[in-house]
Amino acid sequence: MHNIQIIPLFVIIPLFGAFFVSLIGRYVKKAVVKAISAVSCFLLLILSFYGLYMLRNSGSTVLVYKIGGWAPPFGISMVLDGLTNFMLITVNLIAFFVCVYSLSYMEKYTDKPKFFTLFFLMVAGMNGLIVSGDLFNLFVFLEIASIASYALVAFGTEAEELEASFKYAIMGSVASSFIFLGIAFLYGFTSTLNMADMALVLSTKQNIWVVPFVAVLFLMGFGLKAALVPFHAWLPDAHPSAPASISAMLSGVLIKTLGVYALMRVFFNIFGMTRAYSQILMFLGALSMIVAVILALSQWDLKRLLAYHSISQIGYVVLGIGLATPLGILGGLFHLFNHSIFKSLLFLNSGAIDYAAGTRDLKEMSGLKQKLPITASTNLIASMSIAGIPPFNGFFSKLIIIFACIQQGYIGYALAAVIGSILTLASFMKVQKFAFLGELKEKYKNIKEVPFAMRFSMVCLAIICVLGGILLLPAFTFFLKDAVNVLLAGTGYAHTVLEAALR
Amino acid sequence: MTLYLLCLVLFCIGLYGVLRKRNLVKIIIGLGIIEYAMNLFFVLLGYRSHGRAPIVAQDQNILNMVDPLPQALVLTSIVIGLGVTALVISIAIRIYEKYGTFDITKINRLKG
Repeated sequence: MHNIQIIPLFVIIPLFGAFFVSLIGRYVKKAVVKAISAVSCFLLLILSFYGLYMLRNSGSTVLVYKIGGWAPPFGISMVLDGLTNFMLITVNLIAFFVCVYSLSYMEKYTDKPKFFTLFFLMVAGMNGLIVSGDLFNLFVFLEIASIASYALVAFGTEAEELEASFKYAIMGSVASSFIFLGIAFLYGFTSTLNMADMALVLSTKQNIWVVPFVAVLFLMGFGLKAALVPFHAWLPDAHPSAPASISAMLSGVLIKTLGVYALMRVFFNIFGMTRAYSQILMFLGALSMIVAVILALSQWDLKRLLAYHSISQIGYVVLGIGLATPLGILGGLFHLFNHSIFKSLLFLNSGAIDYAAGTRDLKEMSGLKQKLPITASTNLIASMSIAGIPPFNGFFSKLIIIFACIQQGYIGYALAAVIGSILTLASFMKVQKFAFLGELKEKYKNIKEVPFAMRFSMVCLAIICVLGGILLLPAFTFFLKDAVNVLLAGTGYAHTVLEAALR
Repeated sequence: MTLYLLCLVLFCIGLYGVLRKRNLVKIIIGLGIIEYAMNLFFVLLGYRSHGRAPIVAQDQNILNMVDPLPQALVLTSIVIGLGVTALVISIAIRIYEKYGTFDITKINRLKG
């Protein structure tokens, strides 16, 4: 008994929430808007766990929902497989905690219904991108999420925020154009847009230049959305300028869904991973890892420092996935999950400091541990996770990535990963020293710990950081293993999806 | 073939506008030109010489029709382009209110 009608709900609930909140937001009390938002996010979280349960019990590796009953390759299909489940749980987990956090944090901004509208549009775009089994549909959802994020970066409408948003919007749109061009080429070559069917046609049809050319276009497009190093210029401006809860969303899940997930899906399941792609991805990953962490060391703005670390950690994820070995992909995906947890937590912490003390400059703050004990302790946990100190979750995923590099004989990349990790530790020592330790400044004598909703989100994420390692225990590995298997199957994805669609 | 080359030229003009121009409005126009070039390219992919619109009517036998799918997709893409352009223009207007200029070399409060 499996209930595949729930798959479109991942898009319907947030889209409906966005529509409903913007429609009634002006006429009802703020509490109603907040309640609708929190309940929708909670429903999404429950649904994504139910999706996992449903797929485990259905006896097959993939479930396909055909919109309007049109079988692929004619209609649009929605696909639920191991990787989809993994990403859905990551996205909706972060979205729920960020939503709860925003209930209190957004008090200092004026128009809350509009904020939640954009927030839900972004979630709808991301969920839609993840479940979509159709390449053009993927592009449309990618644009929904992108446009919502351009608007959210500019949400404060201060000079810096508008500037960052403009830069982000222009670069993002050019990247989207490249993705669109790639899709056009693929359609012209294969005459289909369904991802499974496309993989099937590509594997049977001889081609010399189409796939490599499209791969380069996609690498540019999705690489810019993922902020890999030659394409990273927008991220250190855009992520710090957004409200803290949105920074958490952008750094935590948006760059991974729009960039890394789409890249993985296209490269592994449609083109089939070859040695050349693997080398390029690993090189870009290692470059991001080192360059971004060196740039991060000299930052004094807390959120900008965190933004540079996002680029660096995405480098780890891409390095692991680029290895294209079972161990490498496992490490990459596990690091993706872990990074979304601890980077969201770090951004929420920076938001809490901003909320209580009103500053983002590390030189301004000092001794905040006495006044903000919960923020300080959760920040310590997240810092140790991101730096890869055992037994926190970041340690395990980095260890797996380093092992996978050594296993394949890439000692240089393994060394780069270790150096990146040490420099990460150094820059988070700096955050701890300047923000939380030391003498409390006179002007911060009267600040209070942040409200309950914000503390709740931070504490929950910190608990997940501590317990994240248990995903590697045999009882829980299915969560990661299923996702890894989807990528390892490569273009075999086509047969599984098309067969599942017939049932 | 000429059409595809002209399409490429259009794309390059748009890219030049985005990369080289210093005025916000000109950058936005460049972005618009890129989008047009993309849409034109996609429609061209579905074109056949002397093809006709794929509209099914009674007692008509369509032999040579153009591919309707790119047209439908381009419509979606145009709508997306409209959304992006509207958003970017409204941001540009707000930037003008804050900075008093459209010149990107003077809009530089973000460092690093």
